[in-house]
Amino acid sequence: MRRAEKPFTFSGCVELRQTLDVHALDERELMHRLAEVPADSIFFHTFGYFLRHRSFTTAYGNDFARWAALEIGDRALAERLAVVDPFAFPTLEALREHLVTIVQDHLRGREADSRVEFDRGFHFQQSHVVEVPLGLAASTLVEFRAGLASVDESAIYLHTVETRARERRAEAFAEWLRDALGLPALAERFERIDPYLTTLERIRARLLGLVDATLDEARG
Amino acid sequence: MSRIDDYRRVASPGAVDFILKLAEQVKGRRFLHVTGGRLGGGAAETLRAEVPILSELGIDARWEITGGDSAYYATARTLQATLEGAERVLSEEGLARWVDMNGLNAKKLDLDADLILVHDSQPASLVSARTAGRWVWRCHFDCSSAQAGPWAFFRRFADQYDAAVFELPGFEGRLGIPMYVVPPSIDPLSERNRDLTPREVAEILGALGVARDKPLLVQVGPFARAHDPLGVVNAYRLVKKHHDVRLVLAGTADGEPERLELLSQLQEVAHEDPDVVVLELPAEAHRQVNALQRAATIVLQKSVRAGFDLGPAEAMWKGKPVVGGYAGGLAQQILPNVTGYTVHSVEGAAFRIRHLLNNPELIPRMGAAGREHVRRSFLVTRELVDDLALVIHLTR
Repeated sequence: MRRAEKPFTFSGCVELRQTLDVHALDERELMHRLAEVPADSIFFHTFGYFLRHRSFTTAYGNDFARWAALEIGDRALAERLAVVDPFAFPTLEALREHLVTIVQDHLRGREADSRVEFDRGFHFQQSHVVEVPLGLAASTLVEFRAGLASVDESAIYLHTVETRARERRAEAFAEWLRDALGLPALAERFERIDPYLTTLERIRARLLGLVDATLDEARG
Repeated sequence: MSRIDDYRRVASPGAVDFILKLAEQVKGRRFLHVTGGRLGGGAAETLRAEVPILSELGIDARWEITGGDSAYYATARTLQATLEGAERVLSEEGLARWVDMNGLNAKKLDLDADLILVHDSQPASLVSARTAGRWVWRCHFDCSSAQAGPWAFFRRFADQYDAAVFELPGFEGRLGIPMYVVPPSIDPLSERNRDLTPREVAEILGALGVARDKPLLVQVGPFARAHDPLGVVNAYRLVKKHHDVRLVLAGTADGEPERLELLSQLQEVAHEDPDVVVLELPAEAHRQVNALQRAATIVLQKSVRAGFDLGPAEAMWKGKPVVGGYAGGLAQQILPNVTGYTVHSVEGAAFRIRHLLNNPELIPRMGAAGREHVRRSFLVTRELVDDLALVIHLTR
């Protein structure tokens, strides 16, 4: 198999959280604040959810749905927010608009909604991602597999979710497989993996499965 | 003193290697912590573990403390209480004295570093003497309901920092600087959390006079209304109608009149009911707390008002399900139906305890989930990662 001229270098990441001192104590406030907060905060509470949560806590898909379910106790709104797949939107502004519309529709025709104490409010945050070079590089698919299998799971987030969603460019693994190793079919399969409502470890397992299948094919 | 490699056997796989890689980016940088003292729990406990590790990682890490006369400490304590929301009397003279004493502290201390992290309120006005480096105010309490006057006074100093760090979103006061979030953590290798052998646990409980002939419900925490020990007694009484259990309330009164009165009421309850054990322990009784949490069947933390009380994390690390109040950081630690339950009332606490006692297979299952949750989210290794990321972010 081909050897890449430019090796893939694996990096992990740390998410440094920043509180915005912006809070919502009921659904109407959630709608207004959603419309106002920086786009990075929309990113943090939707895409960032997958970095912070593990299999037993990913049931809501984003922080807004989780808050509506657990703090407000509004299962209907929670469900409407939970089904929003952030990967389906071309921009964060489009995602924001959709979230605001959902809450607006939900509140239409309703009387005053329940209000929670400050402790239980929705506290808007954003984050700064600090990249951590892991000292691992791959020039072949076999080396890439070894790296993928052993890196910190934050590397899976950084090279898949973060590059795809925040930087709005092709998923980093797929880009390298296509451009450096000349494996467009594998790259396309990587891009088709659905990162929504799953865990980073499951994404890793699926990616490894795809690499193994390609290696098996190559070995005949 | 623990070394970074010692954490390999307790932290998540790869966590220590990740820290080593992260630290490479800040090797040689000068990192200074300033606190009001070296003793006690909270920030000091974390720093006792973290500072030697930072040095081991090649970071020039130091820890300084501020000091002064009795008036300085009294004002610092009162100011802190008002920032936490309590009504207290602060005199202008006292505040002026506090500022002056910190001015003297600034002259005595070597504050030259790339990043200076000043913890809580006592040393906070040191920032007025800043020369070089990035200054961060690290707040370990909930100041969202600070008294308006004291906050306005304190904010004159807080706004001189480059950034502030709070333990939870929602714990912040209004400031004009970036505010980051770094939740606190426990040290799994400290005397309070390290593994104990069954024999050690038995010996310690024997010495404390706690029999283990029936399931133990344990709450550890100050004998203060915020921790609702009387509510715990009432919940225990509801449970006792159906299950033969023993309640252990362990904590400190710190000589405060309100707490002493509460302790006296609890001792009266214990006098009338041999299955209620009230233990007044010194603040440094870490080994005893460790053993009590390990011996517990269910750990309670029924606080009605709390900062980021790490009691649930300590208990979950020992594999115990936790029934906790919905206050402050408790709701962040306990994953409902997974590692325990958060409750809003005495009856709710009793209901959840009965549910666990009636379905005993849930107890080890939730305990195991709790330990893994803490391993990922509340060990000092995670806080070290957050702190290193903060240094990198603020000094690049």
